[in-house]
Amino acid sequence: MGVAKYIKNKKNGIQDVTYQSGIKVKPVYGPDDLEKAGFQYKKDLGDPGEYPFTRSLHPQSYRSRAWTTRQYTGFGTPEETNERFKLMIANGQNGLNVAFDLPTQMGYDSDHALAQGEVGRVGMAVDSLKDFETAFAGIPLDKIGSGLTINAVATIMMAMYQAVAEKFGYSKDQISTTPQNDILKEMIGRGAWIFPVEHGVRLVGDSIEYAVKELPKSNPVSICGYHIRESGATPAQEIAYAFEIAKAYIDNVVKRGIQPEEFVGRFSFNFNVYGNLWEQIAKFRAARKLWAKMLKNEYKVTEKKKLFLRGLFGGGGSGLTKEQPENNIMRSAYYALGAALSGAQTTALCSFDEAYTIPTPRSALLSLRTLEILMDEVGLRDTVDPLAGSYFIETLTLEMEEKILEEMNKVQQMGGMVKCISKGIIQRKVSNQAYEFEKGLQSGEYKKVGLNLPDNKNSEKTNVELHGYNEEWAEKSKSNLKQLKKTRNNKQVTQTLNDLEKAAKTNKNVMPYLVKCCHSYATVGEMTQVFRQIFGEWNEPDFY
Amino acid sequence: MKTKKIKILIAKPGLDGHDKGAKIVALALRDAGMEVIYSGLHQTLEQIIETAIKESVNVIGLSIMSGAHLPISEKLISMMKKQKLNNVYLTVGGVIPNQDIPKLKEMGVAKVFPGGTSFDDIVKGINEIV
Repeated sequence: MGVAKYIKNKKNGIQDVTYQSGIKVKPVYGPDDLEKAGFQYKKDLGDPGEYPFTRSLHPQSYRSRAWTTRQYTGFGTPEETNERFKLMIANGQNGLNVAFDLPTQMGYDSDHALAQGEVGRVGMAVDSLKDFETAFAGIPLDKIGSGLTINAVATIMMAMYQAVAEKFGYSKDQISTTPQNDILKEMIGRGAWIFPVEHGVRLVGDSIEYAVKELPKSNPVSICGYHIRESGATPAQEIAYAFEIAKAYIDNVVKRGIQPEEFVGRFSFNFNVYGNLWEQIAKFRAARKLWAKMLKNEYKVTEKKKLFLRGLFGGGGSGLTKEQPENNIMRSAYYALGAALSGAQTTALCSFDEAYTIPTPRSALLSLRTLEILMDEVGLRDTVDPLAGSYFIETLTLEMEEKILEEMNKVQQMGGMVKCISKGIIQRKVSNQAYEFEKGLQSGEYKKVGLNLPDNKNSEKTNVELHGYNEEWAEKSKSNLKQLKKTRNNKQVTQTLNDLEKAAKTNKNVMPYLVKCCHSYATVGEMTQVFRQIFGEWNEPDFY
Repeated sequence: MKTKKIKILIAKPGLDGHDKGAKIVALALRDAGMEVIYSGLHQTLEQIIETAIKESVNVIGLSIMSGAHLPISEKLISMMKKQKLNNVYLTVGGVIPNQDIPKLKEMGVAKVFPGGTSFDDIVKGINEIV
């Protein structure tokens, strides 16, 4: 998804332009458009750093600080991942974005039957605290923050991050981690869910509550419109569904007697950047404004900083093509331009070879360099929100705001996000949209360079250097695990797992118990198994 | 022209949850007149074989994005042989590098549909083998 429709109007020969979110674009915009939309500077924009933050979260934006770059990294064994982390940091990256392999994401140890062939393949394999000790060795955890791309077992990884920091001599209030921890979006797209919806949401609630009380610098949840968009949502739906998911988590935590003011400032978001440039810019500006308005009006949040829509605007995987992969380098640069013009705080790009493989070091560095060129060479840092006041951008931002609200209302009318996902309503909707879009792409209705423009065909096939998979990773993980189970204090492991079970059954917050499990070297598989027995597994609703 | 509808099981083996490709292909095959069963996520190969037998499908279409297509296909083919599913064809789609296509064919995969294959070509390919 993500490109606009351009249809030649037979009457006047001018192209009609319609964006994915359903907004029609005029050939020319002027002061009348802003007047018609009721545009007011203070109400709709505000100065940078001022409510409703349409222009920017900070008054100086990139003039005082460039964006944070966080390329998604991790593969193989913790040793390999540690090397790649150090390479990215040595090359100027200032935060980590950790990828886990599928067995870890699904709560299976490396020796589990379902893990075979997958250990270390799409991310780092983690069985126990031992692996975190290796992966984070020599990384200053008080200075470098870590995003952890983990959802169903996010509570476990968050606990493990605390445990490894403590093991290295940092205190839990020094460390900053952002587990993705957005289980509802996994159920719409990406698919790394385990437990039924209500238990999944409860675990998210536990981690938020724990972070509020114990981890002052950590951000317990990163809500991902990103994957929802990748699954077929429009840009307006991407934001709308993410906000409705956020509301589901907020409601869970509020039920525990904690006020939104105490925790919403810890939420962060992950949004997608591919597609029509203007639509993305309008989307981000509208999203910052809507989030602040919603927290202020519906949740009575007052402190300015807590109204910030913080997050990573980046990626763009679905916009990239397998055909002529080098084109993706240019494509990504323009996506990043959109993120920069939107005032993205944190960013990362998909690498050009991702339709084929896990990025090689060369392609990962190319992405990082692309981001640096924007910040340091071409002048994206020169002034805050350079498009502000544009007749077109401001009209579009207002229209986008309306579209997002429309989509949010639809979800609310159907009983809210938890209900919609339990019934499969959102999943069916985005799948059908993805299907329609793919048809349009194949028929050439949506233009895509290298894919369906008439003069792009018969181009040479490119051979991409592939990131290898090493069978030895699995063997090494398995033998490490075997060794661990022999040498750890198994009595203590059983004790901590029993305590975890009691807490999970009695609706106590599981986080402190997980931290103890991690310190005792209980494995990810063992901890997840405790949850599996109590919560059961989710039955996906039919998608037809 | 065939008189009987082709019956196909679109299956997501293993732990990978990226199901957009599987779902849109399922919709395309349905629109092309086939009877399509979608397995849902996180299926073991045993579950896939079981569904294929229960539903008497003509084709199993695996969707694999994680890079594990070689070991998964190899194992499924040996299980299909064991179950004597001689009249069931296996196709594989997803993130499949070009150099792996001959390897999959050699194993006994009837058709390989790497990402970017058009719906028309997938429908044509399946019609050819059944």
